[in-house]
Amino acid sequence: MNFWFSEPHTKHVRFQVEVEKQMFSRETDYQRIDLYTSPEFGKVLVLDGSILLTEKDEFIYHEMIAHVPMAVHPNVRRVLIIGGGDGGTLREICRYPEIERIDLVEMNEVLVKVAQKYLPKMATGFSDPRLHLIIENGLRYVRSTSELYDLIIVDSSDPFGSNESLFTREFYGNCFKALNEGGILVNQHESPYYKQDARVVREIHRNTKAVFPINRIYQVHIPTYPSGHWLFGFISKQLDPIANLDAARWNARGLKTRYYNTELHVGCFALPNYVKKLLGDLGS
Amino acid sequence: MENKILRRKTAPKQVLKERYRLDQSKAPLLKALQRYKKMRMVSFDVPGHKKGPGNPELTEFLGSDCLAVDANSMKMLDNLIHPVSVIKEAEELAADAFGAEAAYFIVNGTSMAVQAMIMTVTRPGDSVILPRNVHRSAINALILAHAIPVYVDPGLDEELGIPLAMSVEKLSEAIAAHPEAKAVLINNPTYYGVCGHLKEMVKVAHKAGIKVLVDEAHGTHFYFSPELPVSAMAAGADMAAVSLHKTGGSLTQSSILLAGKGMKHDLGYIRMILNLSQTTSASYLLMSSLDISRRNLALRGEDTFHRLNEYAAYARGEINSIGGYNAFGKECCNGDDFYDFDLTKLSIHTRAMGLAGIEVYDILRDDYNIQIEFGDLGNILAILSMGDRPLAIERLIAALSEIKRLYGKGPEGLLASEYVEPEVMLSPADAFYSPSIQLPFKECEGRICTEFVMCYPPGIPILAPGELVTRKALDYIAYAKEKGSQMSGTEDIELKKLNVMAETRAEFAASDVAHQESNPELREEEARDWEESLREIEESRREEE
Repeated sequence: MNFWFSEPHTKHVRFQVEVEKQMFSRETDYQRIDLYTSPEFGKVLVLDGSILLTEKDEFIYHEMIAHVPMAVHPNVRRVLIIGGGDGGTLREICRYPEIERIDLVEMNEVLVKVAQKYLPKMATGFSDPRLHLIIENGLRYVRSTSELYDLIIVDSSDPFGSNESLFTREFYGNCFKALNEGGILVNQHESPYYKQDARVVREIHRNTKAVFPINRIYQVHIPTYPSGHWLFGFISKQLDPIANLDAARWNARGLKTRYYNTELHVGCFALPNYVKKLLGDLGS
Repeated sequence: MENKILRRKTAPKQVLKERYRLDQSKAPLLKALQRYKKMRMVSFDVPGHKKGPGNPELTEFLGSDCLAVDANSMKMLDNLIHPVSVIKEAEELAADAFGAEAAYFIVNGTSMAVQAMIMTVTRPGDSVILPRNVHRSAINALILAHAIPVYVDPGLDEELGIPLAMSVEKLSEAIAAHPEAKAVLINNPTYYGVCGHLKEMVKVAHKAGIKVLVDEAHGTHFYFSPELPVSAMAAGADMAAVSLHKTGGSLTQSSILLAGKGMKHDLGYIRMILNLSQTTSASYLLMSSLDISRRNLALRGEDTFHRLNEYAAYARGEINSIGGYNAFGKECCNGDDFYDFDLTKLSIHTRAMGLAGIEVYDILRDDYNIQIEFGDLGNILAILSMGDRPLAIERLIAALSEIKRLYGKGPEGLLASEYVEPEVMLSPADAFYSPSIQLPFKECEGRICTEFVMCYPPGIPILAPGELVTRKALDYIAYAKEKGSQMSGTEDIELKKLNVMAETRAEFAASDVAHQESNPELREEEARDWEESLREIEESRREEE
């Protein structure tokens, strides 16, 4: 007997993972949350039918969204994570002792509970004393907060339904307002490969460009995401991801990582021609 | 804010039983269409797409389920022209839901319902009292009905620059001056959400034997929530045109005409009037949307609009805390021409931060992909309705806060709106159908206008067919144009020329006087009036020279 979890990546393409059992399933106010165990990827966390993460490959996403800006900014004291209810990004950020305050704004409290219960190795950061967990809509939070941050990480799932507002121009504008002069924003930037996703990449890029002067895109390989080819945005007021990279300083920290290193840091900003073209006529 | 709107509650059965005479959980038209669909009947009638196959692209675009019920009138589906079964039942349910004597499904838009109201209570030559800020469709209706308007100055909120509702006092004055008037037409609410003292106006009008017609294009929700202003039927009005599609959830162009107790003996006549201009191929898509929406409103309306009021209050609070915006509300009420306010109309005054409403409207659309209802010089209007999600409201608030951060300046002066008293020379219909010529604006003074000149703000026609083109009107048009006000209505799209009667005013006066020989009293009085105003015009010309 075999069970297969199946996720449509396009109307005509499906991605399937054999699963052993379903450990959790609930229709929450914002999303449906499912959790499976699988022989290949370990635990698989699914939001509204799309894989959010798997135990086996989550390190790629979370290392790359956290360490890239941390290796550039010289002095991060205050971090805001929007979304990130699974705790993966938080875990990586907590590895930096100089950070004084971490605000994590997640709209769906159930997601945090599921991570704490079923993914304890990922959810370690939830007990960190520097953390302030805020259950609220991310857009509302950045609009109304009077805090100023050095780093904002937008760690949200796809920009459809409840997360739509985290990819809008008004959201990025309010983030700009909530960032210090040297501030950096890193966002999950979707995939350039399939047509419908590529359109979203362009849309996000256009929106951040309307607000921030520096908008650089970097790529990662995430096996369980559509096409595997994934993008992040390095968006800032002043700092350049390569010119301002302090590799020696980061390496001196001696942090053990499985994906990120400072050579890759430089390399991941080199984009394939088709991606350049996708972003190109908008300038970069 | 929690996403509660998806979990609207149906009112308890006992409450529904007390509130309604009929079982509002029924939707007879919907049921008939479902039955029709299941029958897979072979069609040798119209429409020619034959449930879809005849037009594959359209079927793909709208969906085969949709095309399958785009049917023609037939025995099992009844006929809007003469309803005897399922449409009749659906209309009876609607009448019950809206607290009316009778309800008529309209598939030609609320404009037609407004026309039908006026045509029902007037005969050619009768007068109708109406505020100057009525929708254009009302004046169009006067053309079709050959009725004569008696305009009432709606009053103006100086600070916000918006026209208000009709005051009871001005209505009484108009009735005293025109005891021959057959009806009064009232907006409930105005485009901006302002309501007059409807109950009192009904009392005053009925005392004088005048029918009360209510344009409730923006007031469907009033019928389903005690937290909202009073509805026309609850206030005892005679007829109301209700745009169910605007705030009630039905498809665009579908609407309902309501008849109150005062029309009890004219229900068949109303249908006759409707059949003069309503289509004989009424769309079942539109009609089923009315049936389904009525059921939804009756069962869940109270909870829906309660939540909507909460969202509106939340949005007002948040927008006002941004600073520079004034999302005004019931604090503006003055017991008279701003008697009540529809809080689901998120009207926001923007001039305090130096931006015109129209600028904010454009930025919202172009930069933030947010389309609101309209922007005028001083205000924007975002309409909240049953389809709104808290997340979308968050986007609107966040975008407004960004616009303030990026473009906000110091306060700026407002276009001083002024009420240009119209001088009605002849009925809109007579003017509209008379031979006319196109002249440059500045050459039109003293002539009789045969078309509309609209101007936003404040959304009041400056000139309507049959009115004298006065110096004051021309000056105001020039001023509003200069201030960037949006003008519309003229045949000349560039608004450089105006359609006026070919006859000059003097020629018209002479021919009209001759025409009215049989009424010497009127002739003398009017001739005196005309001579006097001609003299005035001559004088002002001379002064200028």
